[in-house]
Amino acid sequence: MLAYAILAGLIFGLYFSLVGLGLNLVFGVMRIVNLAHGDVLMLGAFAAFWLFKLFGLHPVLSIFAVFAVFVAVGWPLYYLVVPRLLRAKDPEMLSIIFFFGLSQVIVALASIAFGSSERSIPGRVLGSGPYQILGQSFPAAWVVTGGVSALAVAFVYLYLYRTRLGYVTRAVMVHREEALATGIDVHRVSAIAFGIGLALSGIAGVFAPFMLGSVTPAMGVDINITSFAVIVVGSLGNPLGTVLGGIAYGISLMFMQTYFSSWANLLPYLLLITILLVRPSGLLGRKVRSA
Amino acid sequence: MLRTKALRHTLFILLPVIAVAGLLPLAYSNQLLLFNFVVFLTLAQGVNILYGFTGYLPFGYVGFFGVGAYGFSLAVMHLHLPPLAALGAAALAAVLLGLVLTPLLRLSGAYFAIANLAASQAMFQVVSNPNLTDITKGPYGISLAGVFAPNLSYGVAVAILALTLGTVIYLRNSRFGLALLAVREDSVTAAMAGIDVVRTRTLAWQLSALVAGLIGGVFAWYVSVFYPETVFSPEFSIFAIVFALFGGVATITGPILGVVVLYGIYNAIGISTPQYFQLIYGALIMGLVLFLPNGVVSLFRRWGIDVP
Repeated sequence: MLAYAILAGLIFGLYFSLVGLGLNLVFGVMRIVNLAHGDVLMLGAFAAFWLFKLFGLHPVLSIFAVFAVFVAVGWPLYYLVVPRLLRAKDPEMLSIIFFFGLSQVIVALASIAFGSSERSIPGRVLGSGPYQILGQSFPAAWVVTGGVSALAVAFVYLYLYRTRLGYVTRAVMVHREEALATGIDVHRVSAIAFGIGLALSGIAGVFAPFMLGSVTPAMGVDINITSFAVIVVGSLGNPLGTVLGGIAYGISLMFMQTYFSSWANLLPYLLLITILLVRPSGLLGRKVRSA
Repeated sequence: MLRTKALRHTLFILLPVIAVAGLLPLAYSNQLLLFNFVVFLTLAQGVNILYGFTGYLPFGYVGFFGVGAYGFSLAVMHLHLPPLAALGAAALAAVLLGLVLTPLLRLSGAYFAIANLAASQAMFQVVSNPNLTDITKGPYGISLAGVFAPNLSYGVAVAILALTLGTVIYLRNSRFGLALLAVREDSVTAAMAGIDVVRTRTLAWQLSALVAGLIGGVFAWYVSVFYPETVFSPEFSIFAIVFALFGGVATITGPILGVVVLYGIYNAIGISTPQYFQLIYGALIMGLVLFLPNGVVSLFRRWGIDVP
């Protein structure tokens, strides 16, 4: 029981890290709160569903298509919206309202296009039979999702800490104006980060049918709250802290489900409020938030 | 000066709105629709009190509304209070929740909005939890058929709307309201000018909670049969915020304009095809943020017409 809760928590934790990663990358680089994050994830889930249904494309392969398309959409979207928001008096507040509007538009278009029925992809697509890990058995879909999530996190680590682009991206994270003054093309760097952030949400969406249950146009709201809980626990604006937050969240969720199942739904909300009040800078935060 | 202005606002805004809201049921038979208008007029002004005058955006404003509805229902079901007294319980429940959540005011900007949203969802999860079925009826909903009284409860709702409008008129025309605006613009400077920042903010917060709790209690009384999802639906927060923003916050007429125009459109097209309405108001919000962040009322101001 205990070993199962911890291991399942780790697997889900890796997945939740991926769910929060895109949101935190966008917040870290441009201090924009993407309230449409959950809906971008929903679009990724629908993309995986239709690619599987129409072309029989394996979900693990469809993440490449999702990544390419979402980066391609996110990049120009940045130039259309974000510089305008950043010029305003209170960008954080305006961005939260703006992206809320965007989220409504996405949900509306998705329900016009797909209807409100629940869609799912059978779990056996990702591999048959349960996997044995340390004497506990888990569905293959969970293990594959956990593995892909770990790879995606590693990819973001390499991008941020092992490339020239990541180096300047981190410079923008630390201080936007100073980065600009040193001659960094802040808008280009931010646009790429925005595209990658949306694409990460889309990839998390590809696995949503296996981890979060069936896919509907309205699924985004709950995902938003979960993602905020994850990234606030890990610390806002620190993409790798998200992994810690995700795993803390995953393990506590599994413990709640194992031992207090009827109250498990309360967990994300309570965790979020408690952390915000007690330690707003998150577990790994060094400086107090400036907002 | 301030006092004559307040009198003018009362005569030319509050009285006409209340007269229309109070007399329209005699001429128009769909009372439920009018009741919903009154509810949203009150909620939009409640958001106005908090967001317009303090800058805190209550994304989980519906939490107070839902807690008010449940406070009312529990007082009727378990304490067998008469409805008007049970409204006191609704107000008390909302103010208590406001007290518990007061520490959230330490957060600012987006953090407050998100924490507030989480708090309202947490309240929903608690109230609808099957383990509490004996007390709140859990997810199975509440039926108060015994106190059902549509005409009386409609009248009480209009009275609460009058109270709310009166509060906003007071805030627009008083030292207290000016102090709130000063705190919103720059809390450090306001504190140096001798304003008790924490006290003024907390008061506005509680006023806003009280308004939502009262109208939530009347909502429970009017509809008398409802589920937890009904009274904790995030749509209440969303609609109230969008209506207030559309018209323009920190004004008296802005939220009224927003409710009349947008909720009017909603009732014309939104009920048959909610997706299309959602699409329109989503696009409207994005357009507002980008091009008209201070609402429609600011447009009149730009043309040199002063709108209260």
